[in-house]
Amino acid sequence: MQQIKTDIAIVGAGGAGLRTAIAIAESHPDLKVALISKVYPMRSHTCAAEGGAAGVIKPDDSLDLHFNDTVGGGDWLSDQDVVEYFVNEAPKELLQLDHWGCPWSRESDGSVAVRPFGGMKIKRTWFAADKSGFHILHTLFQTSLKYPSIERFDEFFTIDLTVTDGHCRGFVAMEMKSGQMYRFDAKAVILATGGAGRMFPFSTNGAIKTGDGTAMAYRAGVPTKDMEFVQYHPTGLLSTGILLTEGCRGEGGVLRNKDGYRYLQDYGMGPETPLGETVLKTMELGPRDRLSQAFWHEQQKGNTIPTRWGDSVHLDMTHLGEKHIDERLPLVRDLSITYAGVDPVKSPVPIRPVVHYMMGGIHTNIDAETTMPGLYAVGETACASLNGANRLGSNSLTELLVFGKRAAANAIAYVRGDQSAFDYSGVQKQADKIESKVRELLQRSGGTESIAGIRKEMADSLENGAGIYRTEETLQQTCDKLSELRRRYLGIELNDKSNVFNTDLYQALELGNLLELAQTVAEGALARRESRGSHQRLDHVARDDDKFLKHTLAYYQGDEAPRIDYHDVVITRSPPGVRDYSGEAK
Amino acid sequence: MSEIQITLEILRYDPEKDQEPHFQTYPVTCQDDWMVLDAMNHVKDHVDTTLSYRWSCHMAVCGSCGVMIDGAPKLACKAPVRDYADRTARIEPLANFPIERDLVVVMDDFMDKLKRVKPYIIRKEEKSIEDGEHRQSPAELKKFKQFTMCINCLCCYAACPQYALIPEFIGPAALTMAHRYNQDSRDQGQADRQDEVAKPEGAWDCSFAGECSEVCPKHVDPAGALQQLKIATTVQWYKGLIGMGGK
Amino acid sequence: MAYVRPVSKTTWYLAKRSYTVHMLQELTSLFVAIFALILLWGIGALAGGPEAYQRFLDGLTGPAMVTLLWVTTLVMCYHAIAWFSVTPKAMPIQHGEEFVPGSVIAGAHYAVWIVLSLIILFLAGVF
Repeated sequence: MQQIKTDIAIVGAGGAGLRTAIAIAESHPDLKVALISKVYPMRSHTCAAEGGAAGVIKPDDSLDLHFNDTVGGGDWLSDQDVVEYFVNEAPKELLQLDHWGCPWSRESDGSVAVRPFGGMKIKRTWFAADKSGFHILHTLFQTSLKYPSIERFDEFFTIDLTVTDGHCRGFVAMEMKSGQMYRFDAKAVILATGGAGRMFPFSTNGAIKTGDGTAMAYRAGVPTKDMEFVQYHPTGLLSTGILLTEGCRGEGGVLRNKDGYRYLQDYGMGPETPLGETVLKTMELGPRDRLSQAFWHEQQKGNTIPTRWGDSVHLDMTHLGEKHIDERLPLVRDLSITYAGVDPVKSPVPIRPVVHYMMGGIHTNIDAETTMPGLYAVGETACASLNGANRLGSNSLTELLVFGKRAAANAIAYVRGDQSAFDYSGVQKQADKIESKVRELLQRSGGTESIAGIRKEMADSLENGAGIYRTEETLQQTCDKLSELRRRYLGIELNDKSNVFNTDLYQALELGNLLELAQTVAEGALARRESRGSHQRLDHVARDDDKFLKHTLAYYQGDEAPRIDYHDVVITRSPPGVRDYSGEAK
Repeated sequence: MSEIQITLEILRYDPEKDQEPHFQTYPVTCQDDWMVLDAMNHVKDHVDTTLSYRWSCHMAVCGSCGVMIDGAPKLACKAPVRDYADRTARIEPLANFPIERDLVVVMDDFMDKLKRVKPYIIRKEEKSIEDGEHRQSPAELKKFKQFTMCINCLCCYAACPQYALIPEFIGPAALTMAHRYNQDSRDQGQADRQDEVAKPEGAWDCSFAGECSEVCPKHVDPAGALQQLKIATTVQWYKGLIGMGGK
Repeated sequence: MAYVRPVSKTTWYLAKRSYTVHMLQELTSLFVAIFALILLWGIGALAGGPEAYQRFLDGLTGPAMVTLLWVTTLVMCYHAIAWFSVTPKAMPIQHGEEFVPGSVIAGAHYAVWIVLSLIILFLAGVF
């Protein structure tokens, strides 16, 4: 087994991982940074984010407003110290991106432009046309090339953490082009591997969103937090699940049911606003959970438009005009034409809610620390919790930057601490066990299950039982199914035994990660007998602050389902209130 | 749901088993709105799990799934199966790169070259965050915006006859990145990029075949960028002669 | 070991139609060179006095030479047209947020070509 020694190892090279790496390299170029990713950094799913990144910059805006929008949007499950820090730092991080060359869209006077976004009282979403995530990712990746202290390990698949004396010592990863195992010894490990939306059948997520880092930490004994809170983005294309940004609605796009009626006004988000004139925080600019839930209700009432890929509603942008769409939403136009055969300039686009983001993740505090010394987590893989029970669009891109920097600062302080604490004896034994796990999978014969088969059963079960609306019965069915699938997973035999870029193996490992995390979603949802944000129970329709104003923690129990526990929410200055997205809200 | 029959003839190569790459044929029944990537995924999921290829976003923005389809470099996620209905589509790894495994190519050469052109903002003096954003007018943004669209899919390298013949050539995408930063009003690093870009294997090995721009799935127009770069590099060289190089 | 697919250094341009067309376009520069040589020959002849110049004019006659002159002229026109059609890519002109259309830039090149040609023909006494 090859061995790499480094000061700080970052797993995942998307927006969060890159920002963290740059922060360390900039402030402490003497520290060695290893940046490991199973894909080349430009492929990270940050590239698919479209709409923008929120930060208070305009004179009519305030940090308090951003704070309140976020806390309310999260249905009071956000940790308010985290939100406070976040809104404070957000503008500085976005300005830093400008200094690094991010092609933010501009006002005519050359200042950065902002657009309206869901759940925000004042427009504060910085954007780079409708490819904001793409531009942020490429800006960060290209900037990272400046720093010689960042050593990248592209296309290394990280398998498991190495832990001795309850401290994280590093991890074992496989070089994908050779199958060679590498033991990484690091004084601190920062996980930035993204979410696990691929556990659902339809999502905006790319193939790589399989929660590998979250699952690794979970298996090592670190709890996950709030995994049952899964965000459905209201406007995804049918069949492919491809994302059409919230920016479509920010620019004035509207949602219509089969009668051409703007149905959101029936769900507490009215009154209907004039066409093309958005009123922030109402109608189509309500929060994502409410919009996705409205779709479900319309579907129950038979008001949705059937297509050969299922029910849909229409996202109508025909009133925006070709020039405006080509300037502000060019990617959206291209995607609609290519993948739906519809030109949004001329016709409404059929869309439906699709899984997009996981509010839940590895339990971290405001310093990006997990419960395990030496282990940190940032971005969608973590749950700080900034986003609570429902994330506002354009907060997550900024989250990567703000907490990437903070994680870096904390990891640096940690690695410069008492050096005698960094003891790697005993790690090789762990590493050997991890290697055996992979060898066993590769050498297994007599398989009875297929990766695609188990994956489909898992995904369908989650969509049916743990979708937008859940009940005790459907959730229990899903929990039972997942337990069964975890057993049947052991019956997978790989047809590909090669050491060279064996995607059969990587898909099997990814599926294992997804199954474990799926249990944290379903079991957490089953235990949470209330409705809050994106977690909606038909059998417990009200929010229950007495019993459930708490974070759900899920602890790995090996082959068994996770043990569920709870953790307090940090409430500072915003006691739980009513989420009012009607036009009458002050 | 209407269906389309296609046959995928895919180049396979496992260095542990094969001396040379060889084709393997898979007939696939597709939905009529599928892309070639969907057909490939169907093969991998249900027919032959040993097939290896890169993919992720399925929306032409991550750049992973570049392959040759009937000799033309394309993104598999953006090539409709309709175009190959009732016939055979030949799928091979991107040309001009060594084959690592099946449809996975070795990208190291591009990653090195990208780094060499210094694709990041270079300032004489850093602006502080307290001073706010750089003012950049919409016109100034427009000047380089098209060149920011590159998803690093490497279709341009697969199409470029010069890169095929001259492996040292820095190539369309990397050079376009140099030009993108040169054109960004916030950048002051044109002189710092000059050495690399003005080399023979920099902009000057481009013979303006224009193949790169033909195949670019994001309409970046690297060919245009490279010709502009040739002119800019020449002007910069003269500036250097008369001591106005700006380094 | 990664597998490197061989590329023929001698027949690569036959692999694809657009490559072949590109190489033929590149070959037109040969005719630009031929024209330049003829022009230099003529200038040298002019400098050499009336007899030398008459010899030059006699040299431009005969079926082989006239064929060459016609072919060179036509190929050079094609070369100019191909060149003008791609020039806008190399010299984008930005006017505010819009780029001057390629047809305008190319059109300006054609205009200058025609005007200069007319001037030269006039000076040559064609009209």
